[in-house]
Amino acid sequence: MDLFSAHDVTKQYANHKALDKVSINVAEGHIFGLLGPNGAGKTTLIRIINQIIAPDEGELQFMGRKLQPDDIALIGYLPEERGLYKKMTVGEQAMYLAQLKGLSYQEAQRRLKYWFEKFEIKSWWTKKVEELSKGMQQKIQFLVTIIHEPKLLIFDEPFSGFDPINANQLKEEILAQKEKGATIIFSTHNMSSVEELCDDIALIDRSKVVLSGSVRNIKKTFKTNTFGISFNTFDGPLQSILPAEYQVLSENADADHRHVQIKLPSDATSNDLIKVLLPHVTIYAVNEKIPNMNDIFIQAVTQQAPSTITQY
Amino acid sequence: MKKIFLIIRREYLTRVKKRSFIVMTILGPLLIAATMIVPIYLANRTADTKKVAVLDESGIFYEKFKDSEEIKFHYLVSDITTAKANFSKSEDDALLFIPKTEVTLPTNAIIYSEKSVSINVTSYIKNVMSKQVEELKLQAQLRELQTDKKNPVSVDDILKSIKTSVDINTMKIGEDGKESKSYTELNMVLGMVSGILIYFFIFMFGAQVMRGVIEEKTSRIVEVIISSVKPFQLMMGKIIGVGLVGLTQFLLWVILTFGIVTVVTSTMTSKDVNKSATEQLMKQKTGMSPDNSGSVTSQDASAEGMSVVMDAIKSVNFPVMIGAFLFFFLVGYLLYAALFAAIGGAVDSEADTQQFMFPITVPLILSIVMAQYIIQDPDGPVAFWFSIFPLTSPVIMMIRIPFGVPYIQIILSMVLLLLGFLGTTWLAARIYRTGILMYGKKVNYKELWKWIRYK
Repeated sequence: MDLFSAHDVTKQYANHKALDKVSINVAEGHIFGLLGPNGAGKTTLIRIINQIIAPDEGELQFMGRKLQPDDIALIGYLPEERGLYKKMTVGEQAMYLAQLKGLSYQEAQRRLKYWFEKFEIKSWWTKKVEELSKGMQQKIQFLVTIIHEPKLLIFDEPFSGFDPINANQLKEEILAQKEKGATIIFSTHNMSSVEELCDDIALIDRSKVVLSGSVRNIKKTFKTNTFGISFNTFDGPLQSILPAEYQVLSENADADHRHVQIKLPSDATSNDLIKVLLPHVTIYAVNEKIPNMNDIFIQAVTQQAPSTITQY
Repeated sequence: MKKIFLIIRREYLTRVKKRSFIVMTILGPLLIAATMIVPIYLANRTADTKKVAVLDESGIFYEKFKDSEEIKFHYLVSDITTAKANFSKSEDDALLFIPKTEVTLPTNAIIYSEKSVSINVTSYIKNVMSKQVEELKLQAQLRELQTDKKNPVSVDDILKSIKTSVDINTMKIGEDGKESKSYTELNMVLGMVSGILIYFFIFMFGAQVMRGVIEEKTSRIVEVIISSVKPFQLMMGKIIGVGLVGLTQFLLWVILTFGIVTVVTSTMTSKDVNKSATEQLMKQKTGMSPDNSGSVTSQDASAEGMSVVMDAIKSVNFPVMIGAFLFFFLVGYLLYAALFAAIGGAVDSEADTQQFMFPITVPLILSIVMAQYIIQDPDGPVAFWFSIFPLTSPVIMMIRIPFGVPYIQIILSMVLLLLGFLGTTWLAARIYRTGILMYGKKVNYKELWKWIRYK
């Protein structure tokens, strides 16, 4: 079931169209990656979901009904451009932001106490924000984003500004939120984190969704039936023993083995390849070359996307 | 509603706790008190003896004004036309004219002088006159009691019925004998002070709103907040919060200034400064019959300085004055604060505000520049139009009000100001909600116009 969906959302600014009939479906309990180059319209879409700006056209569904103004209490948003009041103390600030999200004073205090203990940052409570490092501030920001236990969490470039250790802690915390049942929309340029975290993605380019679907299906579609083979005991050109429609893409070698990448015709499988090679060479390893998200991203944005997958 | 309250509370508390607020709250009253006390002190110090000619048509005040170190009185037997004609040739500093009244006892007097008379002189004359009239009234009452014993009247009733307040008008008389009614200084002072106060507060706290918005923008917290509240709520919360800070500071200033002035003037008068006047007063009092001493001695000598001011203040329509001040003070602030908030939203740093500040500061500064002119002619067409136009009315109307403005004009001005407030807030909200999410963009008026038209 979709927790959130947008249908044909269009947003026109004076000089350009920020979103052009954009539709996304975010399944409940999934982590949804919102990808796209800079200026594609990701932030505009996120602001529309947060009801910071209104779309010109289109419909937004949340929990099976139309998105309502009160729903902001059920959404947690960590914007890309994020900051804190420098002159306020950490405690005052966290209390203020938590209460703005609709928590009562007592409830806000109870939950903040829990989280400050969990993150081992209790000593920060009375410090001024300007005394904290950027990474420390990011922690506070993350914490106030999830403090009201929202159904939908939206992170815009959450890892920027974190060192690897804190980034890892954050990643675990995001996964923990997923475990607790939260649905997460996750906008990033960092493709390796997309592969690690996301179940589904939508790729927005020039105001349009050019690619969407589950990460697994997308990868399947972008597969080119290419295999890597490691072997030895054969020194001649490999193409000479292969059928003409088997294409050698690249080759390199180390002291023990030769490593060759071969693109098969669409009806051939890895077994066919092994059958052809077996009489001539000693095979050490065969593996399918699956494109990573980075390649898919670049391919989809620079060329026209080969197909748009809508099934999940 | 709960959220806007949270915003107001944050805006208010963070500002009130700042060191600069506390310093301003203490320094302000000290400065104001000093500017009030020093001139009084200096005026009282001048040892010049004033000569006052008294033309009393009724004759009941003859020889009642006693000479002191400061004032010497002499009595004329003449009519007012010749007295005025002779005045500029004489050595007198002032001519006190008490016109005859037919039925009641005289309670009005006019002081003609070339230079304005000090407040000590007028207060002394006022005191003597009211005491004399009260005494005569009391005698009449006592006579009545003696002749009509069937209707016993309580002492309280008598005291109430004899209570008299005296009005003194000050007229300036030129060398050529031509007189021009000098607008009583109090009206001018009240008008100017309230006008300048409003001007000052709009600028000071409007700029605070603007800085607050810029701070939220540069610290990048604004997007976090407006994912919880509407931009309009954030803007209004800030404007109201800062406005309450202004109101708090204003009230603290009034209370502290009043306190300081009271303490200082009372110590001043109890020493040598008003000694002669005080002695005179005491003599008058002891000369009274003991029955009515209760009501007359209620003005105790040390409070004399204050009571003079109080007397003067009584002549102003106070409810209208205070009501109008609060209205123009608050709505004027709200109108301008919305514009300041819009500027803060449109720019990235305080350095970029200049081009947009211009249209806001022009009407405000123009109001203050025009004030000197308007105070000379508070009922003229210029004064009228400036006090109706919403961007100038907060300052100009407050300058006019102490001189007396028809209610219809005040109401018209208030309605237009309210409409102006709604208009600027609507406009500002549209600029603000787009501007706060824009970074690194050079904004001009064309761009702002575009923002206003966004859906």
